[in-house]
Amino acid sequence: MANVTSATKSVRRRQGASPATRTLSRVLIYGALLFWAFVCLFPIYWTVTTSFKSALDVTQGHLVPWLDFQPDWKGWRSLGLSPDSLLGTSTARAEFLSRFGNSIITSVGASVLALVLGSLAAYGLSRFRYKFAWMRNDDILFFFMSQLILPPVVLALPFLVLYKALALLDSRIGLILLYTLTVLPIVIWIMRDQFNAIPVELDEAAFVDGLSVWGAFIRIILPLAVPGMMAAFILSLVLCWNEYFFAALLTSTDAKTLPVMVASQTGSQGINWWSMAALSTAAIAPLVVVGILLERYIVSGLTTGAGK
Amino acid sequence: MHNSSPAADDRHHRHASQRLLVSRKSAGRALVALASLGCLLVLLIQILHATGAITAGFADWRPVLYAYLLWAIAFGVGQVLVRGERGLRALFLLPAVLFTVAVVIFPTLFGIYIASLDWNLSSFEGPHFNGLNNLIGLFHDNYYWNALGNMIFYAVAVLGEYAIAFGLALLLNAEIRARKFFRVVFLLPLMLSPVAVSWMIGKSIMEYRFGPAATLARYLGWENPAFFASPWIARFSIEAMDAWVSIPFIMIMLLAGLQAMPKEVLEAAKVDGAGGWQSFWHVTFPIMLPVSVTVLIIRIIFKLKLADIVINVTAGGPGGATDTVSSFIYRVYRDRSNVGYGTGLAMFYLLMIIALLTVLLRLSSRWTRNVA
Repeated sequence: MANVTSATKSVRRRQGASPATRTLSRVLIYGALLFWAFVCLFPIYWTVTTSFKSALDVTQGHLVPWLDFQPDWKGWRSLGLSPDSLLGTSTARAEFLSRFGNSIITSVGASVLALVLGSLAAYGLSRFRYKFAWMRNDDILFFFMSQLILPPVVLALPFLVLYKALALLDSRIGLILLYTLTVLPIVIWIMRDQFNAIPVELDEAAFVDGLSVWGAFIRIILPLAVPGMMAAFILSLVLCWNEYFFAALLTSTDAKTLPVMVASQTGSQGINWWSMAALSTAAIAPLVVVGILLERYIVSGLTTGAGK
Repeated sequence: MHNSSPAADDRHHRHASQRLLVSRKSAGRALVALASLGCLLVLLIQILHATGAITAGFADWRPVLYAYLLWAIAFGVGQVLVRGERGLRALFLLPAVLFTVAVVIFPTLFGIYIASLDWNLSSFEGPHFNGLNNLIGLFHDNYYWNALGNMIFYAVAVLGEYAIAFGLALLLNAEIRARKFFRVVFLLPLMLSPVAVSWMIGKSIMEYRFGPAATLARYLGWENPAFFASPWIARFSIEAMDAWVSIPFIMIMLLAGLQAMPKEVLEAAKVDGAGGWQSFWHVTFPIMLPVSVTVLIIRIIFKLKLADIVINVTAGGPGGATDTVSSFIYRVYRDRSNVGYGTGLAMFYLLMIIALLTVLLRLSSRWTRNVA
């Protein structure tokens, strides 16, 4: 903190010499910041407002609700989610809710499984020395990280054939297993840095108190690693929630996830802008909320990773 | 009565515990052997059943999965019984290793086998061995090489994303108000599903007739703002969308690096009279080099998987100009049901990625060492 304030002062002192340059640089900095904030927010704003537009408002390019156009629940009604249609029966809503549920179950399930497997492995790799054939700790870590480079297309077709034989095609369990695989390297990466940051002396103290290896891990170390686990969990959640490739190939009716539903609606030619916009809004809303509320965990998780 | 010396007592105990240890070890070995045997037996029954040699068997291969699961548990317990404390430690690593072997190594090997088959799901004849024909066919497949060429463009474009992200990270690291607000806003695109983004941006904002981007382009004097009609413009449009989603990731990693940078160094540069541009180029950039290399490599790895935006916005068009290898293989499978050939293409792609990354890692480690 002291460092920061002293840096601030020195900056002020230096720039105080020429107020004109200083103002100019301020204007440029805030201009750039506002411009990029606009770039980031406009597509979201556009999607949310379009879900309340009628066809005429879309074609005439109206942008501001109440000033430009009269908002209407049109898009949400087509999903069965507007106030007036909420109580009635709606097949569109039933389908949407089932896809939404599938997305939640698969992404949360995979994230939890990856977090359990990944935390255990990361703790082991950070504390003990393993030797498996010619592989040492670094080789084992590299083995896990190398899964990252595997493009989904390599696994997609073998999994299609295997899942058919295992009767796992179009099932949530099948998707959970695959998603766990895709996020496991990231979880191990984040969690290993997290455990490395916790001093080994804490483990040793726990051993002296008579705890076993697992007792020390669960009762002493794990509670300290909660921030890292949050970060790993949220990142996995984001990746799994947004995954499209495997879901498109491996699900058909029962286990379809939200991205597949969005994509199938996009493909149809008679583009129904308001209902597409409502669907997209509903698909991105959970993660936008997560992003706003838990932003600092994501940043801290990626930050520990960047230290490597 | 008890005239045995403490030493003898101790020896007695040691004997007993040793005997216990030996019996525990053999119990562990027996358990693992039994589990392996059971697992193999289930596998054998199912193979014989599937090939039609015996009628007894299971309806599908699911029991083999359960057998593997049971074997994994037995193996873990066996490790603890046989190796004691060291077994308990191995237990941390085992679940992840066994899981990865089951879902990566085995399917990949299976994939290599599929890649050698001539297998079209829509034809009546089943799979039959094809040798290297898929590999040979691949060399004459212009669309595949076209897609590989596009991947070079997409991978190089990562440098552009990096430049923008570095600029944003510097902005966020500057003395600004509402830093938290800007950080949250800049991070938001990372959270969005690429499929939703392909509709939000690709199919509505960039829509030819009344998308806001097209309207803006017309206003700025572009007569015919078709973002997906000519090859190069389409390629840049796709890249812009992917960049929009992934720049936040690069930005956050760089921001973390900037915040970890020792302040004294920049102070020293200022004392030496370095201007903003000079101190960035001679101080900040070299210090940030290791982080930059890491984030660039991760980003390229992810870029090589790019598929969903292309599939949903252009389906590879116009004329394959925006095709990525993944989206091309996706269509080989979806439209032509050509499982064997598609897997062959994917395997070849994997080999090229491994080769590229090996070179990249070597070069980057040498380069960072030279500069630093």
